[in-house]
Amino acid sequence: MEQDQPATDCKLDQMSQGIIGKPISRSEGFAKVTGTAPYAAEYPIENCLEGVLVTAPIARGKVTSIDVDAGLEMDGVIAVVEDERMIARPAQGTAGEAPVQQPRQVCYWGQPIALVVAETFEQARDATKHLAITFDADDLKDVPFDPHQVEPESQESSSQGDLAKAMNDAPHSIDAHITTTGHASAAMEPHSAIAEWDGNMLTVHSSLQMLNYNIAELADSLDLKEDEIRLVSRYVGGGFGSKLGVSEETVAASIAAMKLNRPVRVVMSRQQVFQCIMRRSETSQRLRLAADNDGGLTGFGHQALVSNLPGESFAEPVLQSSHFLYGGENRLLEMDVARIHRMTAGSVRAPGEAVGMPALEVAMDMLAEESGVDPVELRLRNIPESHPIKGTPFSSHRLAECLKQGARQFGWDGGSRQPRHTREGEWWIGTGMASAARVHNISEAKARVTIKADGTAVVETDMTDIGTGTYTILGQIAGEMLGLPRDKVLVELGDTQFPRGSGSGGSWGASSVGSAVFVACEALRKSLAERAGVAEDKLKLKDGAIQNGVSLVDLLEGEDLSEEGHYEPGDIDDDYVAASFGAYFTQVRVNHFTGETRVERMTGAFGFGRVLNETTARSQCIGGMTWSIGAALTEALHFDPVDGHLVNCDLAEYHVPVHRDVPDLQVIMVEERDPAASPIQAKGVGELGVCGGAGAIANAIYNACGARVMEFPMTPDKVMARMPDD
Amino acid sequence: MPITINDTQHALPDDPRTSLLDFLRRDCGLTGTKKGCDHGQCGACTVIVNGERINSCLSLAVMHDGDSVTTIEGLGTPDAPSALQKAFVEHDGYQCGYCTPGQICSATAMLQEIANNMPSDASENLDDRIKPTADEIRERLSGNLCRCGAYANIIAAIAEVAEGDAA
Repeated sequence: MEQDQPATDCKLDQMSQGIIGKPISRSEGFAKVTGTAPYAAEYPIENCLEGVLVTAPIARGKVTSIDVDAGLEMDGVIAVVEDERMIARPAQGTAGEAPVQQPRQVCYWGQPIALVVAETFEQARDATKHLAITFDADDLKDVPFDPHQVEPESQESSSQGDLAKAMNDAPHSIDAHITTTGHASAAMEPHSAIAEWDGNMLTVHSSLQMLNYNIAELADSLDLKEDEIRLVSRYVGGGFGSKLGVSEETVAASIAAMKLNRPVRVVMSRQQVFQCIMRRSETSQRLRLAADNDGGLTGFGHQALVSNLPGESFAEPVLQSSHFLYGGENRLLEMDVARIHRMTAGSVRAPGEAVGMPALEVAMDMLAEESGVDPVELRLRNIPESHPIKGTPFSSHRLAECLKQGARQFGWDGGSRQPRHTREGEWWIGTGMASAARVHNISEAKARVTIKADGTAVVETDMTDIGTGTYTILGQIAGEMLGLPRDKVLVELGDTQFPRGSGSGGSWGASSVGSAVFVACEALRKSLAERAGVAEDKLKLKDGAIQNGVSLVDLLEGEDLSEEGHYEPGDIDDDYVAASFGAYFTQVRVNHFTGETRVERMTGAFGFGRVLNETTARSQCIGGMTWSIGAALTEALHFDPVDGHLVNCDLAEYHVPVHRDVPDLQVIMVEERDPAASPIQAKGVGELGVCGGAGAIANAIYNACGARVMEFPMTPDKVMARMPDD
Repeated sequence: MPITINDTQHALPDDPRTSLLDFLRRDCGLTGTKKGCDHGQCGACTVIVNGERINSCLSLAVMHDGDSVTTIEGLGTPDAPSALQKAFVEHDGYQCGYCTPGQICSATAMLQEIANNMPSDASENLDDRIKPTADEIRERLSGNLCRCGAYANIIAAIAEVAEGDAA
């Protein structure tokens, strides 16, 4: 089906099973907690060789020679693969075609250039250290690494009215320059693949988010047809954007397996994952807000500079939610991209909003102080009726409700916001808040649902579950529609032998594939109703039986019933703006002498359409809020200004939040159905938790100790530099 | 002497460069123990050796002659899970699941450390019995990274088991 109209009356609400939305434990839970769930590198494949990638120690230039013969002399080495089909960069999300190949042309420090294959991992790893390679490196003076040192390209520019005049005329205005550093996805499972070639068919177990695109990317890279490839990703150890596109190890393993006629496993080292997988671009942002006496916005300006390698179409979409979150007649939104030679910039959880929203929310906090309006009230006053430029209505909008419910739960008192109001020993204690916003994405998706003659059901799609809960929620949707308990529905994912799903990315998986499952179940219900001789809308199914007592097993008479659901987004996004919204409230303590910040408590209230599973949805929220803590306080990619290499390319030096950094997190899921977002009235929630939360922490730091830090992450040195004297 | 893994004896590998982690995953087929960083930075490879938790990536297999190793597979199975494994499922103390075996192995040994009254940075003083408070658990589990950000649920799962043990 194509969705052109809002789905106001959703069948999921008329069913009898009563499992949709319920906090059901993950169906794959015991496989994960007992270590029996197999991830990409863990399949016991006979006769498997081990490959280790060789990477370039230069930022730009050419590989002039690789001493393959000497490499082959080394202990256990079977091959040194240097092949122009190997990819030099990972594919961008939804590319569906090969990324830049020809790895002998080096464009960033750490780029893979060859693969050493040996009988054992230890042999292959050792050989990479001793392989003789010569380079013709470009003069470092000619290679730009700093986004501020090049003339940027314009990526996006839109304006309405006269922002400069609005700023001049306004009784209250803020002009803030805020920077954010680069981020790494740092999924716990390194990028891994085992490739097998039988002469006709390439089978690859790989750790990927979007098999429906990845199969095309791999086919294009290898010049194979899609039907000569099978990709399997049943368990994916985290993605966060880093596994959207096919990456270097998968293509290299495939080429090696095809050349050697033996299975080849390639697992990136953690350092390689940092060096040659996507980074989130650093950003430099300028926020201009003009407001009347009551804090009502009359002007809204958001400009950003981001970076990427030459030839990459992706640019961190910093302004994405700034287009519609707040009003203000006079608007200016501009984004530029600097072409520099750091590794590929691409999607990292919540591309755009993860860095754009915290900056905007710091500027809003400054405006609240400047105008004397409480920060929650300021946001409530500036929620637009419709899209501020296009005038398109919102399909559903829960920002106000999130702000109010969050404030109530947190105990936001709306009182004085004077910084430095509370001190305990060395510690200043303060609170802060921010809005959350994330665009709604949805995609075409297919899924097959089969009711088996034994009265159980099977859902099949090449969709992935990257920790998001897909296995569980797809079973809940099918179970609800077909009147089956969750444990009577088997969900099979992550295999391109199944119908093409949407892939996991952009928070679109649940609404896209969920809708495909829903569509398939609607068709199955029609068939069942015909067999039962009742109208479809009178067919009440529960616990494997019709209300009149006839069981599904009897109704099916030994046959399986199967339908493929095909969902397409349609034209509805021309008529409505759909987005998820939320609000964060937090209390921090900041050390007066060291500038160290500790998050003491954090509440998030989120509206993201229908909740498909309370447990897994809440987990997505706490995951995003945890990322907000990292983005606020610790996460930063540091590049050497001289040779461009990533200095902190591991988990000891790139600081993701650890247990002790994260307090108990309170989550409120605000009741919402969004009929224009998807046929199941659901939106996305995988990214919403990291779309502004770092701003709440920044604002709490200011409220606590009076340091208005303009650079994320707010490490102790930066807090101390802004700490008021006394 | 051979190495004992989950009550089964194995011969040590020939290549002295093989880490305990790679030995478990590749030679013993025990892939429940995960490789996240290979540098002792993430905790995904945590196993219990002679009752104490270690990062198996930081240890060579040949150093474990005669040792007794417990991996996640030795703590429980899908049909007979341990109390912690059950609690992780009930509290959704995981998402992608890749750090999970390390978290559970680490937590299993950590609760024993508290029971043995070993102090940590989070202990309020050294005179009283150490209690498995949320802050103690957070401090002691901080070597086990979870990028999905399931920490709040992991603490809830472990705290529930710790309370049950104490009761």
